[in-house]
Amino acid sequence: MTTSARRRHRDADARLGSLMLAPALIYIVAVIGFPFLLGIWYSVTDATVGGGTLHFVGLANFRSIIADPTFWTALRNAIVFTVVSQILVVVLGKILAMALYRPFPGRWLLRLLILLPWVAPISLGAIGWLWIYDPIYSIVTWSLHALHVIPAGDTPVWLGEPHLAMASVIVVDVWRLLPLATVIILAGLTAIPQDIHDAALVDGAGFFRRLFAIQVPLVMPVILIALLFGIVFTFTDMIVIYVLTRGGPFDSTQVIASYAYFTGVDGGDLATGAAISLFLFPVLAAVAMFFLTAARRAEVA
Amino acid sequence: MALRPRQVLLRVGHVAILAVFTVFLAFPFYWMAITAFKRTTDLLDVHADPLWFNQPPTLAHLEELFHGTEFGRWIVNTCIVGVAVVAITLILAIPAGYALARLSRRGGRRLGMAIFLTYLIPPTILFIPLSRIVGDLGLQDSLWSLVLVYPSFTVPFCAWLSMGFFRSIPRDVEDAAMIDGLTRFGAFVKVVLPLSSAGVLTVVIFTLTMVMQEFVYGLTFITSSSQYTVSVGVPTFLVRGDVYFWGALMGACLIVSLPIAVLYNLFVDRFVAGFTGGAVK
Repeated sequence: MTTSARRRHRDADARLGSLMLAPALIYIVAVIGFPFLLGIWYSVTDATVGGGTLHFVGLANFRSIIADPTFWTALRNAIVFTVVSQILVVVLGKILAMALYRPFPGRWLLRLLILLPWVAPISLGAIGWLWIYDPIYSIVTWSLHALHVIPAGDTPVWLGEPHLAMASVIVVDVWRLLPLATVIILAGLTAIPQDIHDAALVDGAGFFRRLFAIQVPLVMPVILIALLFGIVFTFTDMIVIYVLTRGGPFDSTQVIASYAYFTGVDGGDLATGAAISLFLFPVLAAVAMFFLTAARRAEVA
Repeated sequence: MALRPRQVLLRVGHVAILAVFTVFLAFPFYWMAITAFKRTTDLLDVHADPLWFNQPPTLAHLEELFHGTEFGRWIVNTCIVGVAVVAITLILAIPAGYALARLSRRGGRRLGMAIFLTYLIPPTILFIPLSRIVGDLGLQDSLWSLVLVYPSFTVPFCAWLSMGFFRSIPRDVEDAAMIDGLTRFGAFVKVVLPLSSAGVLTVVIFTLTMVMQEFVYGLTFITSSSQYTVSVGVPTFLVRGDVYFWGALMGACLIVSLPIAVLYNLFVDRFVAGFTGGAVK
């Protein structure tokens, strides 16, 4: 093939490439990009569910949000919800991945059972937990009574007391995201060449030495990616909260996403709802930038 | 050969760790199953052993679920939306994945960034403006609103997945077909696609599971119970007031969760590879 023929081929390929890519890109811009901009526009207007003409109100919505104590409660709750559950997910995920690393009989069955929470629709899984946390028939309370951890007269209302409710929804979030983190970390562990394990054993490195000098650094990029997705999913989630507590009691489990829903859709105040949910974006962008840079650095090191 | 105490201890610890995690993660599903088949009087007897049947099991809750509620309708709705979203996702994501794998030099990196960007603008940011758009289009309370919006989270991920499959097919395959007189696009349709049927199947499975899991858009756009999908219908319509039909509810959760779980489990390694991108090879 001559150079010019090859170039013609390449040009034709590039044209075909754009043509095959265009529908997907146009769709994404129309259904994600456009609504995102529209959301920013709504946040500076007085849009409501009912429709009617919009009026530009400047930053009035943001001012009223900043003056709204419930918003700050929701922000603090969202941070507590995300940070606590993700620390638990990463630590437990690492332990579980190590326990699953070596083949043993029945490992595939165990993996199927362990993956169930991630695979089942989360709204339905949360309904299962609503029953587990039932104030009268809670199996958790029954078990704690049976094991004599708490006295028989003591029946905690798992979703009805502020601190307990937050702990309860965190448990459900850990339950849902632990499987994903575990399989991601397990994939990272499996990717470590066997020679490195062997060399470390030959050199007489002990368990903790091997764990912290070899495994953790080598798996770090993967852990960071598991953590990034975990944070994005948890910080923006409202399903667990919506199903279990609706933000209660007394807004003690209200997070930004659920507060935006209750204000914008249930309350009909689209403009304020849009403004509340926009607070998610800069936080997510900062978290993503930080983790992607850290993951790249960990990979190079 | 007798094991040394240290090894015995390690093995016991290993089993104990696996047991604790498995109970934590899988117990809610056992609990759903046992609740779905227990008689109500058994369920509500506080003195009975809750972990097992104290009276013979019953199918009454499932009968109530299928005959007394619109559960069957919700499953049909979910399937309709699922099939339509799968079709749209295949049409949009598969060609895009091929273009990025073969026809663009820096495509992979750019798409990776684009996917991260779409994850940073999740449904909880978009549902408010989209609810107004859906209203303006006259799609409120219609399954078509979900068909329109759901591909926004299936297309980016599936384009990424299919890019991986197309990269794993040797270039020689297309070169040979093109020397035989096919155009590049002809080679894609007639030679590459049939070779990547496993990849296409993976895209179909993931799209279906993502559709079944979605909640926020369904909750926002749909208001009448006959139009719900299962993931929205069960928690909003079956949980009404103070009377909970726990048997029927748990049956519904189990019936929807188990088939997806089994399907998904067959493809989970590809899913993980899609998530971690280049970090795990």
